[in-house]
Amino acid sequence: MKQKYDVVVIGSGPGGLAAAIAAKRAGAHDVLIIERDVELGGILQQCIHNGFGVESLKRDLTGPGYAQRFINEAQALNVEVLLDSMVLEITPERHIIACGKEAGLVELDARAVVLAMGCRERTRAQIRIPGTRPAGVYTAGTAQRWVNIEGYMPGKRFVILGSGDIGMIMARRLTFEGATVERMLEIMPFITGLNRNYVQCLLDFNIPLQLSHTVKRVLGSKRVEAVEAVQVDERWQPIAGTEEIIPCDTLLLSVGLIPENELSRQMGVKIDPLTGGPYVDDGFQTGMPGVFAAGNVVHVYDLVDWVTEAGLIAGRSAAEFALGKRPHPSADEKTCRTKASENVRYVVPQRVNAEALTQRPVKLQLRVLHPIEEPVWVEARNGDDLIARQAERYARPGEMLSLDLPQKAYDAVRRAETLTVNVVRRRA
Amino acid sequence: MRQYDVLIIGAGVIGCMIARWLSRYELRILLIEREADVGMGASSANSAIVHAGYDPPPGTLKAITNVRGNAMWDDLAGELNIPFDRRGDYVVAVGAEELPALEQLMEQGRRNGVPGMSLISGAEMLRREPNLNPLTSGALWAASGGLCDPFAVTIAAAENAVQNGVTLLTETAFEAFVPGGIQTNRGVFGCRWVINAAGLNADAVMHHAGVRPEFRITPRRGEYAVLDRAEITIRNVLFPVPSAKGKGILVTATVHGNAIVGPNAQDIDDKEDRATTAEGLDEIWRGAHKLIPALNPRHTIATFAGLRACGNARCQTTGVNYDHDFVIEIPKPGFINLGGIDSPGLTAAPAIAERVVDLLKDAGLELKPRRDWNPIRPAPPRFCNLSTAQKAELIRRDPRYGRVVCRCEMVTEGEIVAAIHSPVPARTYDALKRRTWLGTGRCLGAFDMPRVVDILARELGIPPTQVTKKGPGSEFLVRETKSWDEANTDSHSVGAYEAKV
Ligand SMILES: Cc1cc2nc3c(=O)[nH]c(=O)nc-3n(C[C@H](O)[C@H](O)[C@H](O)COP(=O)(O)OP(=O)(O)OC[C@H]3O[C@@H](n4cnc5c(N)ncnc54)[C@H](O)[C@@H]3O)c2cc1C
Ligand SMILES: Cc1cc2nc3c(=O)[nH]c(=O)nc-3n(C[C@H](O)[C@H](O)[C@H](O)COP(=O)(O)OP(=O)(O)OC[C@H]3O[C@@H](n4cnc5c(N)ncnc54)[C@H](O)[C@@H]3O)c2cc1C
Repeated sequence: MKQKYDVVVIGSGPGGLAAAIAAKRAGAHDVLIIERDVELGGILQQCIHNGFGVESLKRDLTGPGYAQRFINEAQALNVEVLLDSMVLEITPERHIIACGKEAGLVELDARAVVLAMGCRERTRAQIRIPGTRPAGVYTAGTAQRWVNIEGYMPGKRFVILGSGDIGMIMARRLTFEGATVERMLEIMPFITGLNRNYVQCLLDFNIPLQLSHTVKRVLGSKRVEAVEAVQVDERWQPIAGTEEIIPCDTLLLSVGLIPENELSRQMGVKIDPLTGGPYVDDGFQTGMPGVFAAGNVVHVYDLVDWVTEAGLIAGRSAAEFALGKRPHPSADEKTCRTKASENVRYVVPQRVNAEALTQRPVKLQLRVLHPIEEPVWVEARNGDDLIARQAERYARPGEMLSLDLPQKAYDAVRRAETLTVNVVRRRA
Repeated sequence: MRQYDVLIIGAGVIGCMIARWLSRYELRILLIEREADVGMGASSANSAIVHAGYDPPPGTLKAITNVRGNAMWDDLAGELNIPFDRRGDYVVAVGAEELPALEQLMEQGRRNGVPGMSLISGAEMLRREPNLNPLTSGALWAASGGLCDPFAVTIAAAENAVQNGVTLLTETAFEAFVPGGIQTNRGVFGCRWVINAAGLNADAVMHHAGVRPEFRITPRRGEYAVLDRAEITIRNVLFPVPSAKGKGILVTATVHGNAIVGPNAQDIDDKEDRATTAEGLDEIWRGAHKLIPALNPRHTIATFAGLRACGNARCQTTGVNYDHDFVIEIPKPGFINLGGIDSPGLTAAPAIAERVVDLLKDAGLELKPRRDWNPIRPAPPRFCNLSTAQKAELIRRDPRYGRVVCRCEMVTEGEIVAAIHSPVPARTYDALKRRTWLGTGRCLGAFDMPRVVDILARELGIPPTQVTKKGPGSEFLVRETKSWDEANTDSHSVGAYEAKV
């Protein structure tokens, strides 16, 4: 191992793998991935279901299958790898401290860093379910690891709270393994994961879903014995009289993911409260010079294809920075801000440099606040001026939307201070 | 029948501290605990404040043992190598009408012998804690107040006792007195003295002994919320002005850099019911907001509830009119009776232990000091508190310290393995949590749980399906995925599940 690298990537999920590959392709010489787990691939290794790569590779792969293609490519490009090692600290000067069972304590320096730590699952207390604290309350991802990697069943009779993708996929997986999924409860009046998972995982297996329902209480002192479900009103308040005790031995939580940014925060990278990830520009550079971010660490993606795409951009930018070809945007006056506006929860990147459009289009990624089940426009405006728009058949919070700023928008973007992004009904 | 000089029922902070205090003498001591680990009762679900001692009415055992216990904490923490931070505490008055209460408290504290108290102005208090309610009118400052890690104190006391020869049996429950000893679920143990340190069940134990039939313990529940240290920094211990119901809902720092808010105080019937309630959590947030309006409930990372063992014993000091005092007595030969040890029981624990030794001495038990008694309990290494050079050195000595298992609290495999093989072995997930603080961060174990179950199974030599959260009946896993036969014969009833484990 070397003392200094051009690009060091933290995390080896699809975001990190793509970043390392792109950095190499863009001319970075020494590229290192540091991964906490004992193998490369990130969360994909426990996603043994299919559905990966449908958009970008036009193939329907399993998670490990998808990861392997990029692992092979990274190896072919001589990307160095440090496994079973966790990054403990990064300084603003990009001095990195990591430790591992075999590696010991490792210290090295990077010309550019790509943060690709993925995300973590929201937990019970963050959504405040009162009651007891028995065994049998797990996040869906923890259960997925147990079933798919370790080979153990964490229960026999499940209630799943939250209609996120992992929850739906686990509902099907657990049914395959002989368990009973009594119910899926979702506090929102719509499912929060992909529609395709709703069809393939719930409908096809007759798993009952109750929208506008939540868990009011957990019962059982040693192991979960039941949960109390309740219907909620538009303001998510329980409706008295709708309580129902559902006997079960396990409560799975699939109530959302949060970008994992402990390291980013600790090194001083500014975090967007809307996404939970760093503010980034069109090259996925954060507010800190030479620090880039890719994948779920920036915002929670729905499909792996877009994670890979983002990783490729971040890796290329990181290599350009390391090779002295890319200034930090704060040194550049010409960036314009993107702003989530009508029915938009957030937009990534938060800053766009018009100069990027001289090379290629820039893709904005966004999520809506509320579902619109009819044709919509996804549009970017500078004040009243329309800069770009794209038609979609519908807009759902569970499915990320995107909007390409075409190269011909160069002048408009250069003039703009703020691009507001809206998702509106096409009819209106 | 195994024979002991002293048998202690209950391994909460009180039982463990007494065991540790008695371990300095040539005695055969047995400490029994019905749960899978020490300190699973009130001792692990409280405010963790080492109280200064201005709260209890003068002349009560609570006042005496509180002030004495508080003074003993520096030595105690030093010898046991546990976190203790004497950062002082505040009682904060909001609005002019609460000011007189501060003077009364200060006067009460003076009579109890509390050192280092003073009254400060509202403006000064707001300077010290700018987030406080702008209506803050003044505060009582008590320099001797402190913070501790309640898990650590109980575990460290137990470990030190075991290091000095005390026998500890977990999953061993007192059932009845028999001639010359007691009956448990694991058979009969003979002993010359029995010490009742059974916390919430102290009333049942003393009734078995035929003592104080009128004594009753009412479980009084207190609920808490733990706040994410990344989101909020509280540096002080902030009490509201107390009411008839107790010390009120506080907002305080913890030794781990988090903040907690709570507890409320609700009398309940069920001594096992440690569930939190929606109403209770709302109540503690109302209380917390009275002191610090800007606190955000969304920064909660965990909630928990503890049960105070609220007794009804009248204070024995003449002229003191108080009906909830500690019981610390020898009501009949061979029986040391403790009861109603609610707050400030944690603070008072060393003083109560000292008193128990004195009672035994007065009752004629021969207490011969052991020459090899070692008061020092070495602290296991805590990876995240080490310098980079120390970390490197530790990993060189034992590579297991290089693998981080709990990423939020930075707990390594080395620390986990050390806890599993410590003098009071951690055999459950929660036992590891109390020793290493793994799983207490913002992800609440979502990341570490499968890894920790694996390590426990490996180190204990049991299949992962037998690893529990907190003892039998709380297994994490039910079977291997490929055991189809079993899957197909599963009866889908929770009752059947319970019957099987
Ligand atoms: C359960 C689940 C099911 C999914 N199903 C599908 C699907 O069917 N189809 C689809 O297209 N997409 C799916 N996705 C989405 C897609 O897999 C993810 O969006 C994608 O894997 C995210 O990639 P990432 O590189 O950002 O993060 P991750 O894959 O999470 O990788 C992050 C890596 O960083 C490492 N790391 C973190 N911190 C450190 C540190 N301090 N030091 C060293 N290493 C560190 C972690 O160990 C991890 O390996 C699914 C996601 C999940 C969670
Ligand atoms: C909400 C709350 C907040 C508090 N805050 C503070 C504070 O800030 N400062 C302070 O000083 N004090 C505080 N206290 C008080 C303090 O926590 C208690 O006084 C102290 O923990 C009591 O210790 P214990 O050993 O008597 O009880 P416990 O810790 O409950 O121990 C009793 C043990 O006996 C065992 N047991 C019971 N029955 C049997 C049986 N039949 N056989 C074998 N074992 C048995 C139990 O399992 C248990 O482990 C608080 C208490 C609560 C509940």
